[in-house]
Amino acid sequence: MECMPGDSSRNARKGLSLYLPEVKHAAANTPDHAPIEQAALTDLLPSRPFDPAATAFALTSLPRDREGPVLWVQDRGSRQENGQVYMPSITAFGPKRPVLQIMVNHPRDVLWAMEEGAACSALSAVIGEVYGAPKVLSFTATKRLALRSEASGVPVFMIRAGDPGGLSAARARWRVGSLPSEANPDNLQAPGAARWDAELFRARGRAPGRWVAAYERGTSRAPDGVRFLSRPHDGAVAEGDQPVSYNTG
Amino acid sequence: MLSREGTHGPVVHALNQTARDRGIHAGDRVVDAQAIHPDLHIEPADLRGDELLMQRLVHWARRWCPWTALDAGDGLVLDVTGAVHLFGGAEALLRDICQRFAMQGLSARVAMAPTRGAGRALARFGPALSRCGPGDVSIALAPLPVAALGLSADTARLLHRLGLKTIGDLAQVPRVSMMRRFANLAATDNPLILLDQALGRAAEPLNAPPDPQHFIARARLAEPVMDPTPYMAALSADLCHALAQAEQGARQLRLTIYRIDGESLSVSRATARASRDPAHLVRLFDDQLSGVDPGFGFDLITLEALRAEPLARVQSELDGKRNADADMAGLLDRLTARLGKERVSWPVSAQTHMPERVAGRVAALEHAPGDMVRPPRERPVRLLLPPEEVQVIYAVPDGPPSQFRWRRVVYKTARFQGPERIAPEWWRDRPGTRLRDYYKVEVADGRRFWVYREGLPDDRRGGTPRWFLHGLFA
Repeated sequence: MECMPGDSSRNARKGLSLYLPEVKHAAANTPDHAPIEQAALTDLLPSRPFDPAATAFALTSLPRDREGPVLWVQDRGSRQENGQVYMPSITAFGPKRPVLQIMVNHPRDVLWAMEEGAACSALSAVIGEVYGAPKVLSFTATKRLALRSEASGVPVFMIRAGDPGGLSAARARWRVGSLPSEANPDNLQAPGAARWDAELFRARGRAPGRWVAAYERGTSRAPDGVRFLSRPHDGAVAEGDQPVSYNTG
Repeated sequence: MLSREGTHGPVVHALNQTARDRGIHAGDRVVDAQAIHPDLHIEPADLRGDELLMQRLVHWARRWCPWTALDAGDGLVLDVTGAVHLFGGAEALLRDICQRFAMQGLSARVAMAPTRGAGRALARFGPALSRCGPGDVSIALAPLPVAALGLSADTARLLHRLGLKTIGDLAQVPRVSMMRRFANLAATDNPLILLDQALGRAAEPLNAPPDPQHFIARARLAEPVMDPTPYMAALSADLCHALAQAEQGARQLRLTIYRIDGESLSVSRATARASRDPAHLVRLFDDQLSGVDPGFGFDLITLEALRAEPLARVQSELDGKRNADADMAGLLDRLTARLGKERVSWPVSAQTHMPERVAGRVAALEHAPGDMVRPPRERPVRLLLPPEEVQVIYAVPDGPPSQFRWRRVVYKTARFQGPERIAPEWWRDRPGTRLRDYYKVEVADGRRFWVYREGLPDDRRGGTPRWFLHGLFA
């Protein structure tokens, strides 16, 4: 018996306790449904090799309010190491949008195409992938991307697989990796809905943090998007919590 | 013999002389002709291609005279008034036309007459290379059948029933009775009007389509230069001015640089939609100009629009917003111009179950974004092409290996889901291709892989089944 993830978020949440016993909703510094400052450069660093969690995280973070195609640029290194993006399944993590796919060999062309895309306000977002830390991907190159993105209002996501963590002018830098998935409500032996370990290690105008992220399909009351949960034992306090009063007498 | 689709199945569209000698006529049904002559070779007619060829021939025929037009779908009318002496007389002109068509691989029936109707009738029904002067039109036309006037089949049959078989017969009927009998027919099908036009008693003007405009801008330089870049802006502005005058936009451009030693170099560029924005056109050639070998310098640069499309003048948006469609088309142009057509693509879905074949790509410059079909089951977000073999360390009889090595790292299966069996497509794959059993495998650290076993142990299509890793789940 199999089941697609997100069939029943209620069941999935129930099963969560199996793996993360002390999860609380909406911890103090949780970025809620708009995790990433829109219209800026965002770096996504996979925390492990061959881990497409960053790809999915970028897809879930695409802006919901912008119309138009997404520009997706890949260099040869990331295609060979991490595989090509499989277009039929990208709607599993967000709304349906046409994707203008560009496959080039050299990271130099990736950066050029991303700059062209970041200046074109008809696009809804730009996603670029550069493998390793090539010389062309310097601080200046990222600064140019960030400035263009802020001028045009097109959010730019840069997936930097195999990067030890070089300098970057990105307004938010995330390190994203896969976590063991939620329990499958129908089959305990099967993986369930995906969960990711999302660490915001550098951000402008916001405190860094580390969360367990999961994609949640929208309901009639809430739009679909990433759900952030605080990690167990991180000492964060939920927003509504009141300190216990001791002088009861 | 060529066939086309008729009301009741295919009918004969055109045929060669051999078939005509056997007594087959255009318009017969193909099944009837085949029943009588089983050895007929029949090909479907390319009606659209014929039409396009005729339109090109109309313009090609302007080598003889400035006024040419299409006539009844399969003929050309040339108004050679005042142009005959250039070719050494009427006889020589007709022979020249026949020869030029023969050089193109076409056979033509040619006739010359003072009126358009008479020329049409003589070319289709008269003797080869026939000519008639202004005085003998009625004599030349008299023996021809009435259909030569260009009547519809119904009207021609009606005239036959009335006993009027030739144009001569028709000309002898009193005008008043003809007029009364055929008053309700349209002008293009009225025997009296057509006869008047053929005999020159009524005017039949020729409506020649205008020549396609050729847009080209040239920069002739007094001194040879080494770098063409500074001239691009002026060239592009010239070209765009000419395009704007004609309300056209360029879809395909060619820049040609002529060196003084006689060499020339051309670069072609295409645009996603018609454009006459000078700055945009210059940017398409940006990266090409730096690598040009100047030799001893250039003295002529031309920029031409090989293909232009109508582009109306548009008012810019009053609220100052940019036109998203135009921005997108400009981006496509620039990306394609620098990276190449095959690297810039929209994804499309193919009608197949094989995961690697479902995701196809089409060039973005020529196609609109297609609709992706949502896969029936969960699919990985990234796909390895081609699939990579994994080494099984601990095999389990039922299910994926509990330990395997991929890219020199050992993984331990924690949970798995499957199998999902995808059978080979017998209509496409080689015989002997093995089926695949796909599993979604989650390893101990949380990464999720899409692995498959190729074949079954006892399917007699090879040895022990091998395992492959095909995709990565998010």
